[in-house]
Amino acid sequence: MAASLKSFKSLRLEHLGRDFGTLNALKDLTFSIERGEFVALLGPSGCGKSTALNCIAGLLPTTRGSIWLDQTRIDTLGAEDRGFGMVFQNYALFPHMSVRDNIGFGLRMQGVPKIEAGKRIDAAIATVRLQSQIDKLPGQLSGGQQQRVAIARAIVIEPPLVLMDEPLSNLDAKLRLEMRQEIRRIHSGLGSITLYVTHDQDEAMSLADRIVVMRDGEVRQIGTPEDLYLRPATLDVAEFMGFRNRIAGRIIDVTADTVSIDVGGTTIKGQRRAKFNGRDVVAAIRPDDLVAAPSGLAAIVEVCEYRGHSFFGSARGPGGVELFFSSSERLANGDAVTLAADPSRVLVYDGAGA
Amino acid sequence: MNDAHTPPPALGMRLAAMGLDAVTLLVLPAALLIVALFVYPFLYGLWLSFHPKDGSTFGNYVKFFSDPFLYGTIGKTLWLALPVTVLNLLLAIPIAFRVRRMRNQRILTTILVLPITLGTVLVAEGMLNYFGPQGWFNRAVMTLGLSSTPLKLVHNYTGVFISLVITGFPFTFLLVLSYLTGIDPVLEQAAATLGAKTAARFRHILLPLLVPGLGVTFCLGFVQAFSVFPSAVLLGAPAGPTRVISIAAYEAAFEHYDYSLASAIAMVMALVLLVIVVAALSVRNLFYRGPASGGKG
Repeated sequence: MAASLKSFKSLRLEHLGRDFGTLNALKDLTFSIERGEFVALLGPSGCGKSTALNCIAGLLPTTRGSIWLDQTRIDTLGAEDRGFGMVFQNYALFPHMSVRDNIGFGLRMQGVPKIEAGKRIDAAIATVRLQSQIDKLPGQLSGGQQQRVAIARAIVIEPPLVLMDEPLSNLDAKLRLEMRQEIRRIHSGLGSITLYVTHDQDEAMSLADRIVVMRDGEVRQIGTPEDLYLRPATLDVAEFMGFRNRIAGRIIDVTADTVSIDVGGTTIKGQRRAKFNGRDVVAAIRPDDLVAAPSGLAAIVEVCEYRGHSFFGSARGPGGVELFFSSSERLANGDAVTLAADPSRVLVYDGAGA
Repeated sequence: MNDAHTPPPALGMRLAAMGLDAVTLLVLPAALLIVALFVYPFLYGLWLSFHPKDGSTFGNYVKFFSDPFLYGTIGKTLWLALPVTVLNLLLAIPIAFRVRRMRNQRILTTILVLPITLGTVLVAEGMLNYFGPQGWFNRAVMTLGLSSTPLKLVHNYTGVFISLVITGFPFTFLLVLSYLTGIDPVLEQAAATLGAKTAARFRHILLPLLVPGLGVTFCLGFVQAFSVFPSAVLLGAPAGPTRVISIAAYEAAFEHYDYSLASAIAMVMALVLLVIVVAALSVRNLFYRGPASGGKG
């Protein structure tokens, strides 16, 4: 079994679901991942992404659906028979074993001969650059080092699938950036699938080949980081991808590729991407794209923070809507500004009334 | 500025730097209580044991170790206390593993705490009826034809053994359960993803992390069982196979009015306990004793 899993081509989830009592934590998850891909499951906390990961790992029984590696159904196997490497959020290192024994545990369980196991452990230790720490106990290591041990322990068994459950969330900002690159480098060296759970869209975008955005136990969009960044399919995906401004308005004019909407007497133009169900719509704009302009939405500045390359502020716009904007100069609290965005940067979605 | 004439820090600050401040005074009542209720009686008993009736220094100890009726009690007590403690541990581990996954743990723990709160005397009285020759147990056995004569389950070694299991098991179980729930369940999951089956997870992950707790549980359970008295008298054969060391001390003190000899017996008892406990704890020191969690929380 294990040998056939090693030379697989793809992982497929079909209508995967999981209930906790009456709660549908995971509703209907269907997607497939090709060998060599790095896929991120992205979503706010409670969206079911960790549940999905645990179901795939075999740590949580599924309620519905099936999981396949090529033609082999694996959701009926226990975690110990799947042979997937998993990196846990709190690392889950065995506290009573040295770094070397932790990393070698999986090989020992598989009955890999000592000499070969020794070589593979050394290689894994070199991959995560921990050569000087092999005899220490996990408790003697820093958070970043523990993280590396956890990764080495998961990859040394050469799994077809490496699962990572928010592995960087316990590290400080600088270490997180370093480890991101490490994880990407290790993934490229392995040639297997990495499935990475996170709630941080920056992390997902910089690491993944494809991102699966989840919310309320469902997939909302699957796409490349560019797709998601530029063309979020729905308003909540847009909001999660950083379109913090949601401005309600009514359509007044539609041309071939633009749509004009009226917001409390001011007209803003946005991309036209699909048909609209009604005239009530919501325009979504990133704070970076909403800037002071000669004409646009009139607003009163409430906060203006220094962000190094620019200023970031919030203001009260027409009808009391909160607007987040950026500015090249410092604005004082209470200043009146007019804010506008390039129409190609404004996304328009059906509004609540539709 | 004023560094040339910095006065030495006040006495209070120097004491505080050594860890002594007003809060330290809160230890005082407890310390006094321990001195009054433990340290003084112990030292007095030790002194008393070296002043026997015949006036020699080691007379009591010579007497104890030359009379088989007296020194034999050590062996008899160990023969009860050690198997009982080990059996309780062996029973507690698998049951705790099962109970750990149960939802209604509270009901079960309540049932298990009952024998502790009832006390050994009530348990002994109950057993005398239940396991006696005319008790339900023997009637059931004979009605079912499993035996033609009543099984002799009380007034012997078996009776005391059973009662020590009944009163000692809940205590052992609750301790083992709390040590077991202290092990982060994610460690077992991690071991599973690395290919470890149930038996291997127990052997390589849970057991090594549990051993220190089992050591402490063994010591506490053993100390309890070693000082058995009421059930050895009520359910055992206090003149024969269950003449435990506490009975010898009781007889010396309250039948022969030889407090000095009784103190010496108590000292021997303490020494035996000390040897076993130190041995158990040094075995425990061979194992990992840090926190049983898998990393930063």
